[in-house]
Amino acid sequence: MLAKLFEKLKLVWTVVNRPSVHYSLGFLTLGGFVAGVIFWGGFNTALEVTNQEKFCIGCHEMENNVYQELQSTIHFTNRSGVRATCPDCHVPHNWTDKIARKMQASKEVWGKVFGTINTREKFEAKRRELAEHEWERLKANDSLECRNCHNFDYMDFTRQSKRASQMHSTSLASGEKTCIDCHKGIAHQLPDMAGVEGF
Amino acid sequence: MNARKLISMVALLGLSFSIMAASVPEDKIDTLRLAPLNVEPTPPAMQQVINSDVKQVRNYPMQPPVIPHKIDGYQIDLKVNKCMQCHARTSTGHSQAPMVSVTHYMDRDNNFLADLSPRRYFCTQCHAPQLDAKLLVENDFVDIDHLIKATKPAKH
Repeated sequence: MLAKLFEKLKLVWTVVNRPSVHYSLGFLTLGGFVAGVIFWGGFNTALEVTNQEKFCIGCHEMENNVYQELQSTIHFTNRSGVRATCPDCHVPHNWTDKIARKMQASKEVWGKVFGTINTREKFEAKRRELAEHEWERLKANDSLECRNCHNFDYMDFTRQSKRASQMHSTSLASGEKTCIDCHKGIAHQLPDMAGVEGF
Repeated sequence: MNARKLISMVALLGLSFSIMAASVPEDKIDTLRLAPLNVEPTPPAMQQVINSDVKQVRNYPMQPPVIPHKIDGYQIDLKVNKCMQCHARTSTGHSQAPMVSVTHYMDRDNNFLADLSPRRYFCTQCHAPQLDAKLLVENDFVDIDHLIKATKPAKH
């Protein structure tokens, strides 16, 4: 079995290793370059498509549960009309982290195919687990997706309420706490919080 | 009660209501709806909730303390009580928020519980955030301490 596979690999190597007989070097390099551009462009376009809210709420699981809850929060509607879409908070902006998250999302495709949260009851039963995944992720990356918009360096404490500025200038400033430690459930409803630190 | 009696009672009740309605002129009826029933009036502009964190004194005896901050989107249901994230006994150290009174941890037989008593669970049943609105009715409430001070002759 292993010997057979080795044989095949050897064959592939000899084909790849042999100089081209029919195609010119120019065709191969230029063709390779063009094919590469098309592949890379296509890949990024596909990546962009899956990074849109429309794509996210294409599944009724997202549309009927979390998307509805988002709509009454300040991250959806507010005085200045700036809003966060699903990927703004749930997909890292940095390329490598984004690809890593996209790979993790294959689990979500699995969930979609097998309907792990395809009813309200199933979703509610899993809400705590799903929420914990997000809390864990944001805790691990120091609430990076929050900070993509809410930059600590440019926070004007004098424009914040007394309570907020007190918290932000102590616990947050010292790095002892990160955004998600206090701001759980700002965009979606909270699960049963029994046993969660701080509740 | 038989059906005839019931019908006659309902008729009597209806009659008395109609007499009452007839005896009160329409401009004397005060209603919160300042437009005819078939007209949808433009609602007044929403007012800002006071978010000063400055505690207020009570406005009448036994008034539950008012909430001096915004509570937009605070979830209070079977799953979670957002208020308790700061106001719970264990949280007041870091939040510096006033602790909910010990009475809120007591059941109706005055037994102390480890957690909020279910009858005190829904904060906004009694505690309310405040608007910076014009007073509709002037409040001439004087707290008992001031009353005592006012009546007692000054001693040295």
